[in-house]
Amino acid sequence: MSFYGLVDGSEKSLLKFLDQLSGVDQVGAESRAAMLATRSIKTTSKKWAIDTAISMVDLTTLEGADTPGKVRALCSKAVRPDPTDPTVPSVGAICVYNDMVEIARTHLDAIGGKHVPVAAVSTAFPSGRASMEVKIQDTQDAINAGAAEIDMVIDRGAFLSGKYGMVFDEIVKIREICGEKAHLKVIFETGELVTYDNVRKASYLAMLAGADFIKTSTGKVAPAATPPVVLVMLEAVRDFYTLTQRKIGVKPAGGIRTTKDAIKQLVLVNETAGPDWLTPQLFRIGASALLNDLLMQRMKMSDGYYASPNYVSID
Amino acid sequence: MATKKQLRVDVKKTYKLFINGAFARSESGRVFEVSAKNGDFIANPALASRKDLRDAVTAARAAQSGWSKATAYNRGQILYRIAEMLEGRAEQFESEIALTSQITALKAKAQVTDAIDRWVWYAGWSDKLQAVSGATNPVSGPFFNFSISEPQGVVAIASDVSFIDFIDAIAAAVVSGNTTVVLVPGSLAVPAMTFAEVLATSDLPAGVINILTGSLDELAPWAASHMDIDGFDISGINKKKHGELKVTGAENLKRIHAFSNGQSPSRILAFMESKTVWHSVGV
Amino acid sequence: MATTLALTTYRLIRNGRKMTFEYAPAPESRAIVSIKPKYGHFINGSFIAGKKHFPTINPATEEVLSLISLGGVSDVDKAVAAAQKAYTKSWSKLSGKERGKYLYRIARILQERAREFAVLETLDNGKPIRETRDIDIPLVAAHFFYHAGWADKLDYAGLGHSPKPYGVAGQIIPWNFPLLMLAWKVAPALATGNTVVLKPAETTSLTALLFAEVCQQAELPDGVVNIVTGDGSTGAAIVNHPGIHKIAFTGSTEVGKKIARAIASTDKKATLELGGKGANIVFDDAPVDEAVEGIVNGIFFNQGHVCCAGSRLILQESIAEEVIEKLKVRMSKIRVGDPLDKNTDLGAINSKEQLVKIKELSAVGDAEGAQRWSPQCNLPDTGFWFAPTIFTGVTQANRIAQEEIFGPVLSVLTFRTPQEAIDKANNTPFGLSAGIWSEKGSRIFWASQHLKAGVIWANTFNKFDPASPFGGYKESGWGREGGKHGLAAYLKNGKESGAK
Repeated sequence: MSFYGLVDGSEKSLLKFLDQLSGVDQVGAESRAAMLATRSIKTTSKKWAIDTAISMVDLTTLEGADTPGKVRALCSKAVRPDPTDPTVPSVGAICVYNDMVEIARTHLDAIGGKHVPVAAVSTAFPSGRASMEVKIQDTQDAINAGAAEIDMVIDRGAFLSGKYGMVFDEIVKIREICGEKAHLKVIFETGELVTYDNVRKASYLAMLAGADFIKTSTGKVAPAATPPVVLVMLEAVRDFYTLTQRKIGVKPAGGIRTTKDAIKQLVLVNETAGPDWLTPQLFRIGASALLNDLLMQRMKMSDGYYASPNYVSID
Repeated sequence: MATKKQLRVDVKKTYKLFINGAFARSESGRVFEVSAKNGDFIANPALASRKDLRDAVTAARAAQSGWSKATAYNRGQILYRIAEMLEGRAEQFESEIALTSQITALKAKAQVTDAIDRWVWYAGWSDKLQAVSGATNPVSGPFFNFSISEPQGVVAIASDVSFIDFIDAIAAAVVSGNTTVVLVPGSLAVPAMTFAEVLATSDLPAGVINILTGSLDELAPWAASHMDIDGFDISGINKKKHGELKVTGAENLKRIHAFSNGQSPSRILAFMESKTVWHSVGV
Repeated sequence: MATTLALTTYRLIRNGRKMTFEYAPAPESRAIVSIKPKYGHFINGSFIAGKKHFPTINPATEEVLSLISLGGVSDVDKAVAAAQKAYTKSWSKLSGKERGKYLYRIARILQERAREFAVLETLDNGKPIRETRDIDIPLVAAHFFYHAGWADKLDYAGLGHSPKPYGVAGQIIPWNFPLLMLAWKVAPALATGNTVVLKPAETTSLTALLFAEVCQQAELPDGVVNIVTGDGSTGAAIVNHPGIHKIAFTGSTEVGKKIARAIASTDKKATLELGGKGANIVFDDAPVDEAVEGIVNGIFFNQGHVCCAGSRLILQESIAEEVIEKLKVRMSKIRVGDPLDKNTDLGAINSKEQLVKIKELSAVGDAEGAQRWSPQCNLPDTGFWFAPTIFTGVTQANRIAQEEIFGPVLSVLTFRTPQEAIDKANNTPFGLSAGIWSEKGSRIFWASQHLKAGVIWANTFNKFDPASPFGGYKESGWGREGGKHGLAAYLKNGKESGAK
């Protein structure tokens, strides 16, 4: 592996690279994110933003109580979010545990959803606390079942105790297993990393190790995808592109519940990494309840009056 | 004798405790009677128990971090809002004080006006305390050295029966970022609970000010011994009992003070701690 | 048909075709403001008609907003007399406690009418609504709140026991932060027991005149605040008036010096808040992305019409290329346009005169050999506009490194060592502000000890608070405004030896 010619695969070389990264001033990052949150997105741009956001949603169910029935219902929603309005785009992907991948893929194919990929969470999601063998098997199972995307978690314990080489090696290994079959998203669980400096470090570490997407959270821990965290990650992919000519995607997940939240994310993308990233190829939003709020706002934009939850499906 | 006009029956208020932003009865179920100057029955305010005190301290502790982290400007704004609400209810306070205490209606009116102005005075201190009590210190060496004052934490207040002293003690404690548990005796119970209603309508975060009506003889020693109370204002307690309270309070070195003349920044500073920071200076 | 549309849209997105996120117009409504066709002065609690008038325009559209009165010597006379009478008969008779409550009322009403003031300020000044709404107006209310609390605590301000006010203060304010500068002047003056005669800037009188309405709504006693509009001659009449012993001026260094000369042989006291050529120093261990934001905020906030603007970027040579690249990328995201649009970042230049000055000095920059760069901007046809601009390759020997441009123009210089950065930063007759960007605390404190500037921002810029004193060294002025320090200018220190 060439690692973009920036590191040689050793921990020493990785530490040297991470060390020369600029720090992030918390107050400055938060105030930039807060200023961007004041952007007023109305009328035509709001309409565009809502549809774009819908196409970027990774519609997710990651519960112990998930059943085939639940997953199939989610797939139907993913393909046709509003049964009464075929102009609504399909979502970006379905995201499930790896033992639900086959059910999801089969059902999607059966209902005209061949274009919706199935993403599987992997590597002992959400905690990441298991042996490497288990993590590898976890990933392999998902790919065998038809997952086109793997959302892995990093080992936060290793990260926080300074074992960056170990975190790096795990990502490299999982990337290897994904091969050409699946794209790899690397989840940091930013709520556990706490500082923006750590988020920046993790971003570069993951990108160097082969991530196709960097992702904020598992959705199981708060705080998750706060605007300043996403800002720092967007700055990282922007600068990484300058260094390597490779565009890496960003996926905020967790805590994005309303259309307003989603639009704030799109503004962050637009004014940080740039409009090239405003596509599901490079930006996804991990969410479940968000979709209905987007649909209700979409209805208001076309009908002119505030919608009610009665008019969107719960599943 | 039957009259053509029927007299209207008042809707009487129930008096509860004010803990964590909500009105709750005493867990002990106890009450005590408050009468008017002429002996008429007024109300049965709750007689707070040791467990109520415990709950109030828990609420005050939980609220303290947020209250002290609010900007001084924000705290000042909220306290000023309380003054606006007090002003709106001035007449109610005047009549309640006149009814249940030993002072005249005229004196009650003066007290209420004074109390509101005093509250405003304290509110204005929130963003000026550091200018007056903080400092940068010219130490001998290449260091930047500064002292700032911070709130102590949870402050218990054993209030006097005078409304103005009640106001003084509370404002002085909370303006800097402390949260309080206020122990209110006898006749003051009625206006104190009206004050709680003011707090509940003033954007004050839950738990910042908690009010327990009851017997100071019971409540004060319990507060003095509580290990999670940092400061105790015992102005409302008979001087003879100060000694034993201080002995009890010494267990966690509580900062225990009594003030005889209300309005002074030293009353605020008495419940603050000074922190001094050194930072090296060099390229 | 609808299905085809959906599929087409989806395919467009799926194929990664570049989409742009254009923000549709998001205008703040003007309806909340009602501007009179003509204004007089506010003297002794009432609006009185003026004689001569001149137009005030919206610099974004050149539309005439209203006619403002040109105050003459007799108007100033009336105002000072009203202020003196108010001082003697009512204001000085009130306790600090009562004075404070008037100021609290004013603060509350300003908060209630915040949106109205924000829109009016944007119309009259040209600055973006986002800035008036989120920064100017909230700070205005905060200044009145803060000073309201000092009115009855002056004994604790470290100025001796029972310090006394002067009486009538004459206050002259600039056009860059019209209502905020009014707050900086009026709040402390009233809190300390003075009464005022205030002259707003020629091009931006409307919010001051609306403020007079707030004084009425607060039932402020007649004559405590008086507003006389006009031009430089009106200001001179105030400075020279024998009934005014305390002058507060914010404006250009040139006029500040004129005032200093005018009062030299009198016992009048003055505070002067003048120009600057602030140095924003970025060290190689700066948090780079936030430093870039800080540089942008430092010079493009308020169109660069800021006395404490970070108008010189003093950049460590080893990171200069990287930072300038990032700065250019960031600058191309600056949205220039209609100040009333909520998404506008950079508004109009306040006047034709100011635009001419900016253009002239920028031409000087070209002539001096610096390299000019601006992002591509579609500037409107009417109104006064200037694209955000940087000049790289600037040295201390250039005029654009020494003279205040007072516009969205940044001069970029480099340094090699920390001492060199300090020397360059201090190498100016000005001394108002400086910025330090570094993640090393000791370096920040070292630099702040060596910089000759009255306000120093570390890892931030252009931050203001009523509790934080503001003012400059050297030719940036005399005295401080805000904080405990700001009270001193409005109080005679009874026990002080010698100084009058």
